[in-house]
Amino acid sequence: MLEIKNLHVTVDGKQILNGLDLSMGSGEVHAIMGPNGAGKSTLAYVLAGREGYEVTEGSIVFQGKDVLGMSPEERAGEGLFLAFQYPVEIPGVTGMTFMKTAVNSVRAYRGEDPFDAMDFVKFVRTQTATLQITDDMLRRAVNVGFSGGEKKRNEVLQMAVLQPVLAVLDETDSGLDVDALRIVGEGVTALRNPERSMLVITHYQRLLDYIVPDFVHVLADGKIVRTGDKSLALELEEKGYAEFAAAAA
Amino acid sequence: MVAVTETIEQVQATEKYKYGFVTDIEADTAPNGLSEDIVRFISAKKNEPEWLLEWRLKAYRHWLIMEEPHWAKVGYPQIDYQDSCYYSAPKVGEGPDSLDDVDPELLATYEKLGIPIHEQEVLAGVKNVAVDAVFDSVSVATTFKSALAEHGVIFCPISEAVQEHPELVQKYMGSVVPYSDNFYATLNSAVFTDGSFVYIPKGVRCPMELSTYFRINAAKTGQFERTLIIADEGSWVSYLEGCTAPMRDENQLHAAVVELIAMDDAEIKYSTVQNWYPGDENGKGGIYNFVTKRGACRGHDSKISWTQVETGSAITWKYPSCILQGDRSVGEFYSVAITNNYQQADTGTKMIHLGKDTRSKVIAKGISAGKSQSTYRGLVKMMPKADGARNYTQCDSLLIGKECGAHTIPYIESRNKTAMVEHEATTSKIGDDQMFYCQQRGMDEESAVALIVNGFCRDVLQELPMEFAVEAQKLVGISLEGSVG
Repeated sequence: MLEIKNLHVTVDGKQILNGLDLSMGSGEVHAIMGPNGAGKSTLAYVLAGREGYEVTEGSIVFQGKDVLGMSPEERAGEGLFLAFQYPVEIPGVTGMTFMKTAVNSVRAYRGEDPFDAMDFVKFVRTQTATLQITDDMLRRAVNVGFSGGEKKRNEVLQMAVLQPVLAVLDETDSGLDVDALRIVGEGVTALRNPERSMLVITHYQRLLDYIVPDFVHVLADGKIVRTGDKSLALELEEKGYAEFAAAAA
Repeated sequence: MVAVTETIEQVQATEKYKYGFVTDIEADTAPNGLSEDIVRFISAKKNEPEWLLEWRLKAYRHWLIMEEPHWAKVGYPQIDYQDSCYYSAPKVGEGPDSLDDVDPELLATYEKLGIPIHEQEVLAGVKNVAVDAVFDSVSVATTFKSALAEHGVIFCPISEAVQEHPELVQKYMGSVVPYSDNFYATLNSAVFTDGSFVYIPKGVRCPMELSTYFRINAAKTGQFERTLIIADEGSWVSYLEGCTAPMRDENQLHAAVVELIAMDDAEIKYSTVQNWYPGDENGKGGIYNFVTKRGACRGHDSKISWTQVETGSAITWKYPSCILQGDRSVGEFYSVAITNNYQQADTGTKMIHLGKDTRSKVIAKGISAGKSQSTYRGLVKMMPKADGARNYTQCDSLLIGKECGAHTIPYIESRNKTAMVEHEATTSKIGDDQMFYCQQRGMDEESAVALIVNGFCRDVLQELPMEFAVEAQKLVGISLEGSVG
């Protein structure tokens, strides 16, 4: 489903990823953990195709296609979704309009007809309950004046509506209190299915109590330095990242 | 037919301005140039009464001693007023009595533009709109006249109003914008050819949207239409004007005058979707849009609300204004001005507070892309008797790219200590993070820009009548095509 080989990435001339390898199968949930500055968010942005992240070596193959030559919107059309660590405000654009534009853009990319406006509203309503998203939130401008928890719930709603093949969650737990963490965690878990893979990027083990991963990877100094099952996350929680930082240095 | 074919090819080549076609139609055209003879010619063509000819001639003689204004932040080569045609009418014999008499070529033109002038189609559809269609210098069709007449509403070409309702025209025309007002309004007073006339009687709520559709077709022809709307005591009306023109290499002049009069407790809502040909991406061609629009809130508790979406024209020079005479009268101005490529817009409003407790609100959104320049110029004037008057002005500018400019020039004059004036202004750019967020969700650059800009304009677009809001949103996207990447 996703094959990353020997990925080298520079940002503003600075080497951030340094020979990263990662292989994910369909329906698998992988967690990426690691210390600050290890390159976790860089990995998320490179996958999504953000400008300014230069791949100097290596390859990313998603569902048999080389994505490095694709624009961000083409990647989205192929089924790649990024839940942002810092969701962006779009003043004056309601949540419903934003999602409808997004979904219809993706459908157009796939050669499908646009959603009927009424059908779309009904479809979105089937997805809002688990995430405790009110109609009022959908009428407000995207992320404008949202609390940290509302922003993250809104990201998960967009993921539910766009139904990606691969969802990358970039520190979706940051800035959440215990209750919000539970809602987001349960919301994401409800979206797991055998055709959907997830790459969960996090500092802390606590999100993984809700989104139980099949694999846990430690990213340090630009590459995967260790891979294990969910118990690795617990071990890291106890010991911290000091040993990897030292090993990589 | 050659001209038609060429234009269609141009449209297909660019696909940016879909109204750029030319209609091949036989026209009755005055010789180029401007003189007393031309003024007399126009007046005679319209079989006008003596007082109107005299008024035109007074305006013409006054115009001769006036100077073209150059204070606006726009630049263009000297206009040769003798090289333009001041009267061009499609040859239809006597004025059409019904749509059946209108030249099918003309009907086809409006159909192509998406303007509903077949009443049965309008009735079958969702739009409940009466339309007056003005083609070059004359009105070619007005729909729903009889349905409106049942309510006592008069909606007809102004040339017809001169014949049928001379007392109303003589009383109100020039009472808000006098013939000597400014260079372009004075020129208009001398040579205006047609436009719409609306009268809403006391206590009547106009049962449908009224709309005028302006089309410049003939080459080297100026369009000088004049619109007069009178809302009598306690009445209400919503009016919309739309405009398009063919794509031509030379510039064409459009100098219109719009006068609104609201009596006690009356309300006029005037919306404009201006999409004159803006010129090509190198700045060649396009309409010079020099327009004087002014409304007088004559009565107490009256209200005039201007909403404009300005996406077209090479140069826009217009300041829809409100004179708040009646106590507690309200003036509003909601504006979206989009400029791309080499377009220039200098637009805004004037709110003149004369009466007590008068209120005005100005929300202006300017979007500049390409190498364009957009200026908001607004005057708020509180006169000595305007006790307790209030104004709130908000000007927001959005820049796309590095070569465009946005300017905000507010003029505030207060001669009353109890009056309050508030002014807020912001300038922003579309952020890379906003673009990436939208693109990650599947939108290409152009739809992302259209979405973000529509959000930026939302406060204004939601003031438009429902039927037109969707079209305006699409227009916002189309006008900015090619502005990114």
